[in-house]
Amino acid sequence: MSRLYMARNPKVAARSLDGEMMIMSGRDSTLFTLNKTATILWQSADGTTPLDEIVEHRICAEFEVEPAEALHDAENLARELASHEILQISEEPIPPRNSVAGESRTGESR
Amino acid sequence: MSALLQEMTEKAQRLNIPFSVQLDLTYRCNERCVHCYLDHDDHGEMSTAEIKHLLDEMAEAGVFILTLSGGEIFLRKDFFELLEHARRLMFCVKLKTNAVLIREREAARIRDLGVESVQISIYSHRPEVHDGITLIPGSLKRSVDAIRFLKSQGLKVIIANVLMTQNMQDYPGVRALAADLGVECTLDPTITPMMDGNRSTLELGVDQSTLRQVFRDASLVGEVDEFCAIPAQSGESELESTPCSAGHTACYVSPYGEVFPCVQFPLPTGNVRQQRFVDIWRDSDRMKEVRSIRLKDLTTCPSCTHVGSCTRCPGLAFMEGNMRGPSSQDCEKSFARTGIPSANMLARKQAAANLGHNLVQIRALPNLASAIA
Repeated sequence: MSRLYMARNPKVAARSLDGEMMIMSGRDSTLFTLNKTATILWQSADGTTPLDEIVEHRICAEFEVEPAEALHDAENLARELASHEILQISEEPIPPRNSVAGESRTGESR
Repeated sequence: MSALLQEMTEKAQRLNIPFSVQLDLTYRCNERCVHCYLDHDDHGEMSTAEIKHLLDEMAEAGVFILTLSGGEIFLRKDFFELLEHARRLMFCVKLKTNAVLIREREAARIRDLGVESVQISIYSHRPEVHDGITLIPGSLKRSVDAIRFLKSQGLKVIIANVLMTQNMQDYPGVRALAADLGVECTLDPTITPMMDGNRSTLELGVDQSTLRQVFRDASLVGEVDEFCAIPAQSGESELESTPCSAGHTACYVSPYGEVFPCVQFPLPTGNVRQQRFVDIWRDSDRMKEVRSIRLKDLTTCPSCTHVGSCTRCPGLAFMEGNMRGPSSQDCEKSFARTGIPSANMLARKQAAANLGHNLVQIRALPNLASAIA
């Protein structure tokens, strides 16, 4: 079975507002807010960690959910975020595209 | 503003988070616009390292929308280094520029760095008028060329047109130019006093008849009858509301590190060279004072017909002498829109009448004069 890799799109703007992640699309400035699961995917989308590992270590560890079901839902969510150009997804690890992408942070504020 | 952005802004206000900041990188400029409120000397701009540190602090404080402005931002030799740092921190970055220094290469770089929008000042579609305002021959052509470069990169560009006596007939031409270029266009009749308090620039503001004409142009305001309708009486909840976002979800930082409630509200609240940005935002007594003001606390406005619909700018009111007072420019706008004078205008008229009456009283008394004769 192929693995799915995710990277944050460097063109978006992002900030956490009291734990709620806001993402503004770089394509058309549409604003999104992410739920808890989507926020975990966003924070973990480093281009090199496969989605199944993220689900196992970050989602199943936090939510009481069957791993297979969680992976299925997470894949759907990742594809939806990719359709809005918030995440990039690939079946291969995703190298940084440019200097901003290479070092981009998650938009977390303290 | 989208409903979600409005919701996030309201959440930021509840949490006392500076959601949106304008940072002027420099007051130096390559144009000399006749209405500009700045002096263009460098009195000690923040260094590259200082600005990067400030951006780190702003991200930590929760700032989401970062507007980089000036002066002319492209006069900073480190501009792209600062922009890259800002985007690495994932700010939603908006630029304000005259775009004279933007060519194909700069436009491509701006696109690569994921800038949200670029606002460019265009005063007229006619070079003799635009260049007559910027005082730089050829500036309209340079700015329009830059708009084309930016558009060709797929960037969102907004033309900002300030209305003044010199260009008051030209806004339809600017809007046609914007349509031709495929960009948005805004029109603002507000002229700001200079930051040193000099109010001579206000003489460039358009008169009542021009304002009335603008406010009845359906291509600008949509439904004219609705836009110009006499406002309904304001309820208690409206009077409990805050005047604007200055100091509530937004603030301004000068090239020298001074923090103000807004670019148009020159009340110093602290300097990031001496204090952390978030400490000024949260703890400055002056910022708290601005934040405490509700419409019901204003001196003249609560009794005004327009209180619920007025665009009153507390910064302009501050520059008139009282941040809780009326802003005469906005009174004029409300009057031009509806034909109903504001409470401030009526009070001033009454004061002038009283003054005139008093002057009659201190003239030589007729019977005394005849007695002398």
